[in-house]
Amino acid sequence: MTRTVPPSSEPEAQSATAQKDVAPAIAAGGEGSDFRSLFSRNLRTSGIYIAFVAIVALFAILTEGTSLSPGNITNIVLQYSYILVLAIGMVIVIIAGHIDLSVGSVVALTGAVSAVLVIRQGVPWWVGALAAIAVGLVVGAWHGFWVAYVGIPAFIVTLAGMLLFRGLTLQVLENISLSPFPSEYQKIASGFSNGLIGGNGYDAFTLLIGGVAVAGYAFSQFRTRQARTAYKQPVESFPLFVAKIVAVGLVVMAFAWQLANARGLPYVLVILAALILVYSVVTKRSVFGRQVYAIGGNLSAATLSGVKVKAVNFWIFVNMGFLSAVAGIIYSSRSNGAQPAAGEMFELDAIAAAFIGGAAVTGGVGTVVGAMVGGLIMAVMSNGMQLMGVDQSIQSVVKGLVLLLAVAFDVYNKRRAGSSR
Amino acid sequence: MDNILEMRSITKTFPGVKALSEVSLAVARGEVHAICGENGAGKSTLMKVLSGVYPAGTYDGEIVFDGEVSRFSGIRDSEHAGIVIIHQELALVPYLSIAENIFLGNERRGRNGLIDWNKANAEAAALLDSVGLRENPTTPVGQLGVGKQQLVEIAKALSKDVKLLILDEPTAALNDTDSEHLLGLLRSLKERGITSIMISHKLNEITAIADSVTIIRDGQTVETLSLHAGEVTQDRIIRGMVGRDLESYYPERESHPGEEVLRVEDWSVKHPTQDRLVVDGASFSVRAGEVIGIAGLMGAGRTELAMSIFGRSYGRDVTGRIFMHGREVKARSVTEAIDNGIAYATEDRKKYGLNLIEDIRRNVSAAGLSKLARRGWVDGNEETKVAEDSRRSMNIKAPSVSSIVGKLSGGNQQKVVLSKWLFTDPDVLILDEPTRGIDVGAKYEIYTIINRLVAAGKAVVVISSELPELLGICDRIYTLSAGRITGELPVREATQENLMVLMTKDKELAA
Repeated sequence: MTRTVPPSSEPEAQSATAQKDVAPAIAAGGEGSDFRSLFSRNLRTSGIYIAFVAIVALFAILTEGTSLSPGNITNIVLQYSYILVLAIGMVIVIIAGHIDLSVGSVVALTGAVSAVLVIRQGVPWWVGALAAIAVGLVVGAWHGFWVAYVGIPAFIVTLAGMLLFRGLTLQVLENISLSPFPSEYQKIASGFSNGLIGGNGYDAFTLLIGGVAVAGYAFSQFRTRQARTAYKQPVESFPLFVAKIVAVGLVVMAFAWQLANARGLPYVLVILAALILVYSVVTKRSVFGRQVYAIGGNLSAATLSGVKVKAVNFWIFVNMGFLSAVAGIIYSSRSNGAQPAAGEMFELDAIAAAFIGGAAVTGGVGTVVGAMVGGLIMAVMSNGMQLMGVDQSIQSVVKGLVLLLAVAFDVYNKRRAGSSR
Repeated sequence: MDNILEMRSITKTFPGVKALSEVSLAVARGEVHAICGENGAGKSTLMKVLSGVYPAGTYDGEIVFDGEVSRFSGIRDSEHAGIVIIHQELALVPYLSIAENIFLGNERRGRNGLIDWNKANAEAAALLDSVGLRENPTTPVGQLGVGKQQLVEIAKALSKDVKLLILDEPTAALNDTDSEHLLGLLRSLKERGITSIMISHKLNEITAIADSVTIIRDGQTVETLSLHAGEVTQDRIIRGMVGRDLESYYPERESHPGEEVLRVEDWSVKHPTQDRLVVDGASFSVRAGEVIGIAGLMGAGRTELAMSIFGRSYGRDVTGRIFMHGREVKARSVTEAIDNGIAYATEDRKKYGLNLIEDIRRNVSAAGLSKLARRGWVDGNEETKVAEDSRRSMNIKAPSVSSIVGKLSGGNQQKVVLSKWLFTDPDVLILDEPTRGIDVGAKYEIYTIINRLVAAGKAVVVISSELPELLGICDRIYTLSAGRITGELPVREATQENLMVLMTKDKELAA
């Protein structure tokens, strides 16, 4: 299990949860019951992470290690980054008890607007990107208005949005594809920071960033532990605490090492990591985040507790629009142009990521990190099957079954956890 | 004596918890047998064992029904044998008609295999007649009140040739008239030879209707009392339930009312969709260190009055004035109401009061998050501390503040609701049915908490359907009828009788 290196290096506190299950394998031995109880508790609450590690291991074996090669890990990051960005927004929408079916069309529209401005009008690349974000915010506000203030179910509003914004994409592009972007714009999705501070056959800067991330993680964990102790909250034993940090550090550094040996640190990974970090903290620690969970958990109770439900719902959709625009920029940059059919089915991948990652259909439950792991499960599978040359039709069948089984496994685990209380 | 049912030494264990331990229950044929016990005592678990929700093999012990050892593998099995359970939360489909509901899963088919609606409706009409419900069988169930829906449930049970009818808290949601009718119906079913088991918290109903009562405490049978001799009083039953004598249902309190805190003047509210006044020119006031009660029958507008004051959470065209400490305030939203020091704990804590899938901590902080936050960021450690303090001071029985609220008992859930509102540091607390559906011991604790609050100078408004409760804890009681305040009595002048007279006063007389 120690050789399974999840292709995720999110250098923030919450990625710890994703790696927790790796930790015991590395630190195995010494610790006694403390350690075992941690493991069994995790087995119940984080089945999805175990599934992820198992899938990574499976494909590492099936592809004889190719799936974990430096080049391929870099590839997974580049190829699925925009789905992960969408999944961040989607999980928040789902926690609040809504759904957004329009994100694929919004990805297409924002990319198209950017392409028209940059390619056809020749404005600087960053003006195109800002325009795309502005369009995303307007689209989000549009959805938010109908959902929050008119009270139409999000399923209907965004189903309409899916058609509406696909149509507008066609209008904006006048039914043709636009290509290519200038090289600066392309760099958003395919640029690397490489050789900044040299290195001998590898990129020292990537390793440095990895090191900083690990140090930051260790520091924030230590601070949390201190605060919990000060408030007389239970904490895990010190050796276990250290083992956990060492394990996370090893995984992150192994991942950074593979990246450094390929093309260096992808810019898009920096964007993604920053978004995951920010949104994890927002969902967990901000008043806004709490209100999202409260609305999804019990709408009436939230209303009667003074939560401004309409405003919160509105901003949830504005945020989804913003992240759709970010995904639109990354996608258009990666595909080096805008196509009328861009982003089709992205909404389903993002929704699948959120649900595989433990979000509840009824709302109130879910995490950003969970959704990322859910997205990565889909990513590692698609990528692994592509490496193995599995037919597209079979890939689709497998992904469908995995979505179903992952959620069934999660439901089963939760039910078992629930009945034992 | 001929027993229709004997449950012998039933033991049911959940991982880590022994829910039932050697429980025995013997029910004589043709009697009304009551089961009482505090919440969490194991009454519902016992009934789930009986009805096959927990199938044979998952528990130890023996069930003998109608002379045969029975091993039910599911609800269908037990229903086939003639045992029908009617749950507290009614299991009817609101959009289907009465007849459709009665024969749901048990459809009346004609010769061609399709449902014969004429036959179904005719049979349904006959069944409705036998339960004394005068409604057209094609009326959608959603259009009926709770009391009538309860009757439909019973008609449905009768359609299945029921021998043993189990009712879980049948009158909890009913008003007095409907309760009377239901109890009368149970009597007439008894005459027809149908045995009933009734789980109830309402001891007066038990003494009025049951032939015998079995008391369960902490997963064990305490005793079975026969009610025929007439010597068993409510106090006697309570002693069995709590295992000690309650000196009184209501803790003593010295009353020292201070300055006026809340005054509501000429408050009127329209129904959200219909053109009628639900609250009509109501005025009342409450002082610091005082508990006032609002008494009224179902539909009198009690909850509507409270919710409309609490940030206009109910109705439209709200008019009237609210004064806090003598100064007029606006409470146009829940946030404004909270900011002005008003708190409202709802009558239905599961539906409107709590986020059941979250833990104690996040429920306690839900209404006062801004107090824990700086620039939009919540201090999680401080939040834990606040919740931990509440857990201790309110005596919430849970292993930790990370326990999921949905898994707590009703009384403990109510304490979480109170903790949530106390954390907003209100001057006046409006408590809507604060002890509904919670057991005697926990009720006493809730009353103690209320006393502690008024001792600390808070003003408390209690809305309750149980007049003895209002008489036991209030200083003053207002009566509400058809949206109007019809009277105001200091507690020493109030009796159930004179309150009831005021509560049933109609509009003309009140005006």
